[in-house]
Amino acid sequence: MGSGYSRGQLTDLGRWNAQVSLNHLTIHDAADGLAKAAFSSQELSEAVHRQIARVEETVHAFHTVLTEPAKAPSTLSNPDSLLQGIPLGIKDNICTEDVVTTCGSRMLEHFIPPYNATVMTRLEGHGAVLVGKTNMDEFAMGSSTEHSAFQPTRNPWGLDRIPGGSSGGSAAAVAAHECIAALGSDTGGSIRQPAACCGVVGMKPTYGRVSRYGLVAYASSLDQIGPLTKDVTDAAIMFEAIAGHDVKDSTSVTMPIPTIAKALHRNMTEIRIGIPDEYFADGLDPEVNDGVRAAIHVLTACGAKTKAVSLPTTPYGIATYYLIATAEASSNLARYDGVKYGYRSSQREDLLEMYCQTRKEGFGAEAKRRIMLGTYALSAGYYDAYYGKAQQAREMIRADFETAFQEVDVIITPTTPTPAFRLGEKTDDPVQMYLSDIYTISANLGGFPAMSVPCAMSHGGLPIGMQILGRWFDELTMLQVAFAFEQETDWHLKRAPISEDSNG
Amino acid sequence: MSVYEVVIGLEVHAQLRTRSKLFCGCSTAFGAESNTQTCPVCLGLPGVLPVLNQTAVEMAIRAGLALNCSITVPNQFARKNYFYPDLPKGYQISQFDLPICQNGWLEVGEGDQTQRVRIRRAHLEEDAGKNIHQAGSGVSHMDVNRCGMPLLEIVTEPDLRSVDGAVAYLKTLKDILVYLDVCDGNMEEGSLRCEPNISLRLQGQDAFGTKVELKNINSFKFVKHALDYEIQRQETVLADGGTIDQETRSWDAERGVSVIMRSKEEAHDYRYFPEPDLMPVEISTKWIDELRSSLPELSQAKRERFVAEHGLPAYDVALLTASRPLADYFEACVAGFPNPKTVSNWIMGELLHALKNNNCEVIDSPMKPARLIALMKLVDDQTISLKTAREIFLDLFLSQQMPMDFVQERGLMQISDDSAIETLIAEIVRTHPQQCAEYQSGKETLMGFFVGQVMKASKGKANPQKVNTLLRQRLMSEKVES
Repeated sequence: MGSGYSRGQLTDLGRWNAQVSLNHLTIHDAADGLAKAAFSSQELSEAVHRQIARVEETVHAFHTVLTEPAKAPSTLSNPDSLLQGIPLGIKDNICTEDVVTTCGSRMLEHFIPPYNATVMTRLEGHGAVLVGKTNMDEFAMGSSTEHSAFQPTRNPWGLDRIPGGSSGGSAAAVAAHECIAALGSDTGGSIRQPAACCGVVGMKPTYGRVSRYGLVAYASSLDQIGPLTKDVTDAAIMFEAIAGHDVKDSTSVTMPIPTIAKALHRNMTEIRIGIPDEYFADGLDPEVNDGVRAAIHVLTACGAKTKAVSLPTTPYGIATYYLIATAEASSNLARYDGVKYGYRSSQREDLLEMYCQTRKEGFGAEAKRRIMLGTYALSAGYYDAYYGKAQQAREMIRADFETAFQEVDVIITPTTPTPAFRLGEKTDDPVQMYLSDIYTISANLGGFPAMSVPCAMSHGGLPIGMQILGRWFDELTMLQVAFAFEQETDWHLKRAPISEDSNG
Repeated sequence: MSVYEVVIGLEVHAQLRTRSKLFCGCSTAFGAESNTQTCPVCLGLPGVLPVLNQTAVEMAIRAGLALNCSITVPNQFARKNYFYPDLPKGYQISQFDLPICQNGWLEVGEGDQTQRVRIRRAHLEEDAGKNIHQAGSGVSHMDVNRCGMPLLEIVTEPDLRSVDGAVAYLKTLKDILVYLDVCDGNMEEGSLRCEPNISLRLQGQDAFGTKVELKNINSFKFVKHALDYEIQRQETVLADGGTIDQETRSWDAERGVSVIMRSKEEAHDYRYFPEPDLMPVEISTKWIDELRSSLPELSQAKRERFVAEHGLPAYDVALLTASRPLADYFEACVAGFPNPKTVSNWIMGELLHALKNNNCEVIDSPMKPARLIALMKLVDDQTISLKTAREIFLDLFLSQQMPMDFVQERGLMQISDDSAIETLIAEIVRTHPQQCAEYQSGKETLMGFFVGQVMKASKGKANPQKVNTLLRQRLMSEKVES
């Protein structure tokens, strides 16, 4: 990827340091500045680290902050990439060689992977710089980042608010400008929901687009890695860098990745937007409803057509998701048994006690709840009624969307039922917490690409997200719609209060 | 005859002879130092994913076709969940409702005794590691080298009715797997493991009795022993009016008894579900057809052909077809020396003896068919005697020389030239006038004496048949002359 500028063509240098501190830049603006030698990647990194020093104690977006890159800079050199020298936050369930990867769990508090996730290898190939590992709900199980075993992350827009989850650390780090962009993972909305809560762009690619190798599995058939960024262009840049077939992941597809970042302009008159009634029903906060509907008007004003579509299986989404995801999780988390690595209880008179105590002490309440749920769903005598039924429901949900996508190019819904709720508000009520993902989980069950873009603000000053869903492997159209909206609005330019105290 | 009929079904785990493991690139070589053949994938580290070994799939299909199975398309992997320290992921990747091979059969036994044993299924799965418990120390060690080794689990219907039948099935199965080159058949190294299900029922009764599963039979020779023991045990329980509990028992080879491992109530709930990290395995009809047409001739068919084509005795055929490399060796020799019985004699005698003495496999024999053919030809055209050929065999076996060079270098060629032998005979006759006269006067037993003298004079190299003929002529002519 070339920025279109050659070094030495120095124009408009003053823009970079006079008006914005470098950590506020997007990837494409930073790449532009680096290409023009308006500043160095060292200065960019320093700006990011100054911001971390200033706000991190309040926000707690990171679990681990690296003061020096894990890899020698010489191995990071890729002058052709827009990501060269760009400081990124990486969710702490994505394995980073020689850098502790905890998954927000006591179980892996000291786990240092001897290998990189494929997405890390690819980002390093682009010359990107790892700033740190971002906080998350334990094993990506949660919608508020309060289930981190270490500490909750706070929403940069309101410090008494949750940042969403489970990629709450990544969303908060981007919103607080503690990194230029970040990676998260999305199993039921874990990129899009925090992106909506923190007023950033969050994208879940089609299942199979991005290699899961090195992503610590929560629910293997639903997990997908994706970017959290300051705007749509950055999401496209990140997506292009990490997507594509990987021989180490048999579920990654061999389809070529279209050029997206340079193809975002699209005439909206060619676009048909599906509006599902079921997603604008009871339980939706009126401010969110108004915000998303207003956003749709922006797109229709650009020429897009809207069409009511029906997704009648919507009410089964949550139940289906919590059977399939927990069933897979109960198996995926079996390896944390104290035998080989990770936490081991000191109480270990015999093997069974060692197993039981290790898992009792090493896992938090939510992880244990989901392991039990999933174990139950797969048990002899219950399998057909729970897991089997859930698989059938999953097929029906997928079919609903496929039918809708025969008539429309994208589907637009709210990302979340409400703006970010208060810390502690839902920790005692798991079902209320689960309902935070009611609009996002279908994309995972169906495997469709989906993203959230900031589209409004609540009266209380909290961001509201609009969700755009695309057809299988048609991330391009989805991103084009998001980009068209962004061109007409400035929600993506709004800055969280805590990030505004510019440090120059 | 017992009042009970024995019903046996067998589960056999065959380790496939791939170079790398089922889901990662680690080596499958046997006997390496503990935990040296591992990687993040077979160690089950967080975040890693399995990638299916295509060669293992091919071997499973070949075995399935040889066992008359249908190949399931698509077949699917499933997770079998249980906790044990030798299972790093807390689940084994196996196959459940869609095994790669289904509904086959195997003919066991000869002639009238032939029985068709139905194969219910054969599925691919990964092996677990090994726990090594240090007695008395309270310490257990783990060897992960075996984790992820490719296994084909072959399950019969409960079709076997005797211990001998079960052993015959195992031998036939091993034969086939070794012939297909998909398993080395080495039970002691664990390449072939057998878990029988055994139940008894009254003769003539339709319903099956309660079955007991036997585990931990680590050697072929224990199979018969373990089955006999278990049948005896069940007979005793039933004869005393007791009932058999459905349970899994472990064979203790040292004490020669089976001991209970777990009852039906303690049976695991493995919570099988489709492995989400692997796509269903699609197999094209074209590939199956290619593999079917490239299947080698199996031992049974080969035995029948060896009798029909080469006219060999049953004993020779059984020996020559014991392994595919040996049968191939035989046929290579017959191709260059079309006297099957002579070839068979050389192989069963000198060759196998030399291989055993040198702890060498047929495939690695320094005596290739070309050299054995050349040796047999030297005997056939009387360049050397059969006796000489046998004497030099071991040295020749280890050398790289062609037999002719070997023989020439050592001057071992037989004297077959008439005039040379006649010269020797003339000298012997001249120096033994007394014996000559006695022979001519009717003491024909002296013939052996003369032959011995001529052979001695030739240092054993004279062609004995020629010596006999020429000597007789000479002595007779002496008689006429006198």
